[in-house]
Amino acid sequence: MKQSPRSLRSLPPRGHVSTFGRPGGTDMARMARKDIGEIRGIIARAKRLDVIFGVAGLLALGLGLLTFATLFVDMALDGYSRLTPDFFTEFPSRRAERAGILSAWVGTTLVMLVTACVAVPLGVAAGIYLEEYAPRNWVTDIIEINIANLAGVPSIIYGLLALGLFVYEFSLGQSILTAGLTLALLILPVVIVATREAIRSIPSHIREGAYALGATKWQVVQHHILPYSMGGIMTGVIIGMARAIGETAPIITIGALTFIAFLPASPVTGTFPFLSFEWLQSPFTVMPIQIFNWTSRPDPNFHANAAAAGFVLVLMTLTMNGLAIWLRYRIRRNIKW
Amino acid sequence: MSANRLSHRASRHVKERIIESILFLAALVSVATTLGIVYILVKESVVFFNQVPLWDFLTDTQWTPLFDDAHFGIIVLLSGTLVSSGVALAVAIPLGTLIAIYLSEFASARAREFAKPVLELLSGVPTIIYGYFALLFLTPLLQKLIPGLPGFNLLSAGIVMGIMIVPYVASISEDAMRAVPMSLREGSYAMGATRLQTALKVVFPGALSGIAAAYILGISRAVGETMILAVAAGMQPNLTWNPTESAATITAFIVQVALGDLPHGSVGYQTIFAAGLTLMLLTLVFNVLGHMMRRRFREQY
Repeated sequence: MKQSPRSLRSLPPRGHVSTFGRPGGTDMARMARKDIGEIRGIIARAKRLDVIFGVAGLLALGLGLLTFATLFVDMALDGYSRLTPDFFTEFPSRRAERAGILSAWVGTTLVMLVTACVAVPLGVAAGIYLEEYAPRNWVTDIIEINIANLAGVPSIIYGLLALGLFVYEFSLGQSILTAGLTLALLILPVVIVATREAIRSIPSHIREGAYALGATKWQVVQHHILPYSMGGIMTGVIIGMARAIGETAPIITIGALTFIAFLPASPVTGTFPFLSFEWLQSPFTVMPIQIFNWTSRPDPNFHANAAAAGFVLVLMTLTMNGLAIWLRYRIRRNIKW
Repeated sequence: MSANRLSHRASRHVKERIIESILFLAALVSVATTLGIVYILVKESVVFFNQVPLWDFLTDTQWTPLFDDAHFGIIVLLSGTLVSSGVALAVAIPLGTLIAIYLSEFASARAREFAKPVLELLSGVPTIIYGYFALLFLTPLLQKLIPGLPGFNLLSAGIVMGIMIVPYVASISEDAMRAVPMSLREGSYAMGATRLQTALKVVFPGALSGIAAAYILGISRAVGETMILAVAAGMQPNLTWNPTESAATITAFIVQVALGDLPHGSVGYQTIFAAGLTLMLLTLVFNVLGHMMRRRFREQY
């Protein structure tokens, strides 16, 4: 519906003014011609401005794109020489050319595992409660306002919460568990909001049909609401995880070390019961902290390492965000209630 | 048979109740998080303010919490936060508004389909990467334009921070503009206005409170941003209003202390909670204001 308005196009063309038919009224004809000339000028100016603004908008958009491309290419060029297989299998080192990101990516993976295990069930459960169960009262209002406010709390504040609460009051230490829990709380609002949006888009006749067959509330949720909203929930979870993977400030605040030259205990062991949770208490480092550490060193050789690690991190978040966007696009196209 | 069914129904009822309670508890976790944040920040800050008078905290013009001659003037950190946020907004508001107007009033549906996910990707880049970009790409570039610019400066960090919040400002503003009823636009077009005239004189004023909310939420983002500043603006406390200088922000100070090895319970340890409380209050004011304006705008149409 947004066609450019062809305003005043129906004005008589230049030469036709005199045919307005005022016998002998040459003065008026001249005035009319002058007015029309003026109006045309105004229109031309307005249209010119319109085009100029359109181009400016496009340029602004292009600037955003350009920044992104520059950032990406800059990182790739700076870090290119360091992106060897060894880079992924070496521990950090005092010598830039021998340093790698092994402990960083293992730490990131394990922290993300904890985050997902905590944030997904909690966030989905909270979203289901708010959409399907919550009565309209002040408790629900408080929960909703609270979630909206939490989404705006700076991430470093979560770090302070974790430092005071998890590290010292609960004595969890500066461990993978603490970091995972912190990031889980941080992305909880994202998961809750995505879950609620996904559930809200399910039309109520689905629920009514199930209730009419005698299903309980939980059966409706389990058999209908959850499966149908799964795509939307996944989108939210991926976006949340992509955010968590790049978060640096809260993890630095809890006091994660920047130099780790060992791996946490393996979660899978050779003896019964084959699973070990020792790694949860292990000190760790993560990708963003490793990048921060290398970036803040004055030696430019370490900057190349930072660029290489940064490139890997950007690629990871890009893939995750891209996946989420693609998923959302597919859901929008495929689901027709 | 029927008795069996009834008992089954009773157990069903109990199970339903238990599930509902579990879900409710999950929803309460977010409230518990807020309470936890307030509890921790207030608890440590109370200890801090027992040793440092609130008046000194607000009026002292030096910030040297780790020195023997300790001064705790939050204004020093606040100046860094405000200057960098100011620079960020000077970038984000014009660019974000321009992009929002373009996407909402000018772009074709296809261009919009393409641009919105790209903007989303841009806002998904980790802030530490932006920090690297500010320190090692933009600062050397700016040093060629502004001779004598120090390696750490608020300007470069602020600009990159502004670019980071452009997608955020643009997407909220665009939502606000798209919520303006089509009939208003059609009325304007019928009067012979161009797209630009319609956008600036009808849509923009109509969406003003929504756009203002976008700006305010953008400020809140900038104030709470940490890594870009910790990397590119330096960690030296410096009371300045000049963006070409290096200065620590509230967030950068917290990072600096956390990187060191401060004993639990020392004044230095409590300082970061007092700084955190200040930051929290600052962003809370902006967030509440922003959400109020957004809600008022939604009620309008």
